[in-house]
Amino acid sequence: MSAVTVSNEQATSTKAKVIQPAWVRALHWTNAFAMVLMIMSGWQIYNASPLFDFRFSSSITLGGWLGGALLWHFAAMWLLMVNGLIYLTVGLATGRFRKKLLPITPEGVISDTKAALTGKLSHDDLTKYNQVQKLLYAGIIIIGILIVLSGLAIWKPVQLQYLTALFGGYEAARYVHFFCMAGIVAFMVVHVVLALLVPKSLRAMIIGR
Amino acid sequence: MGRMRNLLIPGVDKTLLVRDAVKTMPDLTRRRFISGGASLGALTLLTGCDVTDSFSAEEMLKQVSKFNDGVQALIFNPNAMAPTFPESAITKPFPFNAYYDLEDAPTVDGKTWKLEVRGLVENKKSWSLEELYQLPQVKQITRHICVEGWSAIGSWTGTPLRDFLKVIGADTRAKYVWFQCADKDGYNSPLDMATALHAQTQMTFKFGDEILPRAYGFPMKIRVPTKLGFKNPKYVMSMEVTNDYKGGFWEDQGYNSFSGS
Repeated sequence: MSAVTVSNEQATSTKAKVIQPAWVRALHWTNAFAMVLMIMSGWQIYNASPLFDFRFSSSITLGGWLGGALLWHFAAMWLLMVNGLIYLTVGLATGRFRKKLLPITPEGVISDTKAALTGKLSHDDLTKYNQVQKLLYAGIIIIGILIVLSGLAIWKPVQLQYLTALFGGYEAARYVHFFCMAGIVAFMVVHVVLALLVPKSLRAMIIGR
Repeated sequence: MGRMRNLLIPGVDKTLLVRDAVKTMPDLTRRRFISGGASLGALTLLTGCDVTDSFSAEEMLKQVSKFNDGVQALIFNPNAMAPTFPESAITKPFPFNAYYDLEDAPTVDGKTWKLEVRGLVENKKSWSLEELYQLPQVKQITRHICVEGWSAIGSWTGTPLRDFLKVIGADTRAKYVWFQCADKDGYNSPLDMATALHAQTQMTFKFGDEILPRAYGFPMKIRVPTKLGFKNPKYVMSMEVTNDYKGGFWEDQGYNSFSGS
């Protein structure tokens, strides 16, 4: 009997230490992979008809030419969408979003930003996000939803014309799609730098603890 | 990683490389080269990568593209009309766009030209331009969206393709209407029957209320506002109603075949 009790205790203590559950980790890395494919092929597509006075270097694009990039983009979109839908569903159903990301208050964000910039922000408990993290993670989820919707609006401006109209028409939707990409890339830069500065957070996203 | 390399070559614009290579080839070879969808495979030769190494991300992507054809056909709503615009929204000048310069655009003699009709139709007679002009015409001001991303609004006038298909007694249960055109290197493109029967799919004879100029496809263009621009044939020479997928100039090079808007 005692042996059973011990193993139960072990199980509980192990469970308590899990910072990122397996489903979060699996969806996170799948999303990272799909996002990188989408962004690199998207840059190649952008190059075919740039919105601004610059092009992306072909050394950082995917697909080789417009046709190849479109094949990648319209393949990886399934991975991104299905993975994202599972994430949103589970995140909402389990209450993870509410528990982890809310509430967010302006005062909290300001004081945590100050603390972060002066090096006073604590990372002792990785299961609890600070206000800046909450804001960024909630924000990136919204941008993620927007980039998929604006992408659908560009892809199907006739079949999904009400969605396209919601973005202000086909041309406007292209800009929304671009700026969402810019937002995600900016997030990724900050996200990766901070993960490297706090390696145990990176470890938690790989092995869970 | 060798597999990835086939599609991802840093610093090399594959289109340009293939284009350069293609220029040095005789015409017959060139056509087969392109239609075989070999542009990527041939590049492995040019870059010295092992050909047997080219499994394929490419093959996988082709399969997904076919899957996407199916998905798009499924969500295609025959009653959904492409948005229309007022005259004031027309893009001026409307861009000339092709895989060749304007000076290389076909010059078709409207007096001798006849639209050839083939395949699963009751009446295979060829149609002169004068005869086609007798058919009822409608005007549409719609957005042309290029596969490259840019768009432009134009005014096209002509006969709904579905009316013409009725006149020639086409079997509208067939899968495709396949167009062949006078563009150099032989542009052709298949149009799925559901789209061919869409109310806005048009045999276009006029642009901006004037006879279609050479730049936009004289004597006849097929305007398909529910498809990307590359699936809007210009300089049409013949149409064939068929159940066979016969490929297309751009489709064979990797653009998604359905490419619906």
